[in-house]
Amino acid sequence: MTGRQYELVYLLPPDTTEQQVAELHQQIEAVVSRLNGQIEKTENWGRRRLAYEIAHHKEGVYVLEVINGSGELMKELDRRLKVMDQVMRHMVVRVDQEIKVVERTRTKRQSESERRRVKRGLPPQRQPGEGRPPADADDGDDDRFDGMEG
Amino acid sequence: MPMGRGGGGGGGGRTGGRGGRGDKKTGDKEKGQRRPMFRRRKVCKFCADKIDDINYKDVKLLGPFVPERGKILPRRISGTCAMHQRKLQTAIKRARQIALIPYVTD
Repeated sequence: MTGRQYELVYLLPPDTTEQQVAELHQQIEAVVSRLNGQIEKTENWGRRRLAYEIAHHKEGVYVLEVINGSGELMKELDRRLKVMDQVMRHMVVRVDQEIKVVERTRTKRQSESERRRVKRGLPPQRQPGEGRPPADADDGDDDRFDGMEG
Repeated sequence: MPMGRGGGGGGGGRTGGRGGRGDKKTGDKEKGQRRPMFRRRKVCKFCADKIDDINYKDVKLLGPFVPERGKILPRRISGTCAMHQRKLQTAIKRARQIALIPYVTD
């Protein structure tokens, strides 16, 4: 079984320097590795406009970290980030389950379409230059609208 | 009234020529009797475009579902299916937390 995966997004004030961002990242990394986690990916979105003011700032530096680790680790991280003054806001989201669901639906749809195509005597993959395949199933839910259109 | 039902809807004004007010009135009445209003069939955007992942980071995707006021666009207007509206809802709420999308604007 694979472990949990989390996404951590945090916002720093717009006047934060690259160095400060790197420092904070190191601090987080230290906590993560101490509690047997690992950082899979780090994305710095840079300065972005905020949709609303936070602590009288209209802009903020966004950093995203994808972390593999336990719930205790994230709890600890969350607690630490709450205490840090330089972090304006942060959010932790668990993502592994959703990713799995998305993958499953994608593969399911793919195999389903392949199956249908084979049944119709076509090669399983769509050929280049082939137009939109006809809509096989009109999803039944909306049919009650049909009467109103006429 | 000599006017047929079919004439009243769209072409009425034209066939009647300079008839003017009289025609207009029948047009209004007709509206009450049957729906000549054209309603575009609503389709869930996410089903149609086969978007599996409604992610809170994707502001471009969420944008059209957050009108000016900052509220979440209801299903009855957007036509989103129940499953995707639920996912959309969580995504918008998450995006709000990190100030990608406003809670309110006025």
